[in-house]
Amino acid sequence: MEWDWNFVWQIMPTLLEGLKITILATALGSVVAAVIGLVFAILRMTAPKPVARATSFIVEFIRGTPLLVQLYFIFYVLPDIGIRLPALTAGVIGLGLHYGTYAAEVYRAGIENVPRGQWEAAKATNLTGRQTWIHVILPQAIPPMIPALANYLIAMFKETPLLSAITVLELMNQAKSVANSSYRYIEPMTLVGVFFLIMSLISVVFLRWLEERYSRLEER
Amino acid sequence: MTDWSGYIGLILQGALVTVELTVMGSALAVVMAFLAGLGRVSRFMAVRALATTYIEFFRGTSIFVQLFWVYFVLPFAGVTLSPLQAGVLALGLNVGAYGAEVVRGAVKAIGREQREACIALNLTRGQAMRYVILPQALPLMLPTFCNNAIELLKGTAVVSLISLTDMTFQAQVVRAQTGSTLIPFATILVLYFLMALAISYAMRWLERRMTRGLDGVRT
Repeated sequence: MEWDWNFVWQIMPTLLEGLKITILATALGSVVAAVIGLVFAILRMTAPKPVARATSFIVEFIRGTPLLVQLYFIFYVLPDIGIRLPALTAGVIGLGLHYGTYAAEVYRAGIENVPRGQWEAAKATNLTGRQTWIHVILPQAIPPMIPALANYLIAMFKETPLLSAITVLELMNQAKSVANSSYRYIEPMTLVGVFFLIMSLISVVFLRWLEERYSRLEER
Repeated sequence: MTDWSGYIGLILQGALVTVELTVMGSALAVVMAFLAGLGRVSRFMAVRALATTYIEFFRGTSIFVQLFWVYFVLPFAGVTLSPLQAGVLALGLNVGAYGAEVVRGAVKAIGREQREACIALNLTRGQAMRYVILPQALPLMLPTFCNNAIELLKGTAVVSLISLTDMTFQAQVVRAQTGSTLIPFATILVLYFLMALAISYAMRWLERRMTRGLDGVRT
């Protein structure tokens, strides 16, 4: 079978439609991951021991099992107990939960890097726990974490094709349906690969820039 | 009441396929990691360029896309692979690319004075790598290799989508036949987790073995 440019142009709008959903899923997923990761990290560090232990176990468990199976779990098991989620929502929650556990690790490292003196100073100035976190610790902890978080953002972007398995019509699923209806696999599959390659090459450049910018911030 | 023993058997059969894939995929990944990782520190421009292209390409696209490409597009180029071969190839090449960066990082982390000592002793580049650099670099690589192996294990779930009868695929079969969702999926989640634990214990054991006798040598 030959590479056919006409066919490429014909399927391009469908694929771009899918790309939009892919980007949307990544964006929403990363917001969920950022929030869940922070919750996990803070629970692990400040909650009473049994809660902290349980959180650690949950984090380990989620990290040790495949995202695909977690997506199936959310999409197929939750409806049995009455929670029926649209495919995209289930996908976003799955992505967010999975990468949230990775983000939790990044947050923890970042928070532990804030010098002890900062905690003590906050206590000395009679700040409440909430104030300490929001005004003292997090503003210092977050900037150095940004490159690492961005790294996981890219990883998440590359995992979004898995959402096609739970019927989200993202890039991969659009490509598959085009391929199945026309019996041509070369162009759609290759284009999906090219799309991802281009996006991730761009994001690598962006990541380098982030690293440079925030490492300079450290030195100030 | 459904007879679960038969279905559990089905899932365990799938677990065997998952283990098989993980082991074979890891073997390929280790080979690729060392080839590409050492290729990146080669003194020949062409070898470096080739290794960099391989690494960027496989790190830049996801395992899912690569798997589908290997399985659906390669046949048009005259290479037809069984699902198992396609799975091992895609997983091995993908994780190998990540491993290559680990190998490169570890080799680079070995101090300059070690290389200079090798030159002073008139070792060839091959000898220096084989007897001096790699034995010191290996323990540095192991913790990250452990993570990569777990990533590979998790990646194997994706092969169920190209109709390979691994654990995830069998869970879907059980779901389709019994209509129960919680039991098959909860079972395989636990099984995957246990496998990941097994990998991390095995790697920790390997790490202890490899660093034995190295205490006090490295600073």
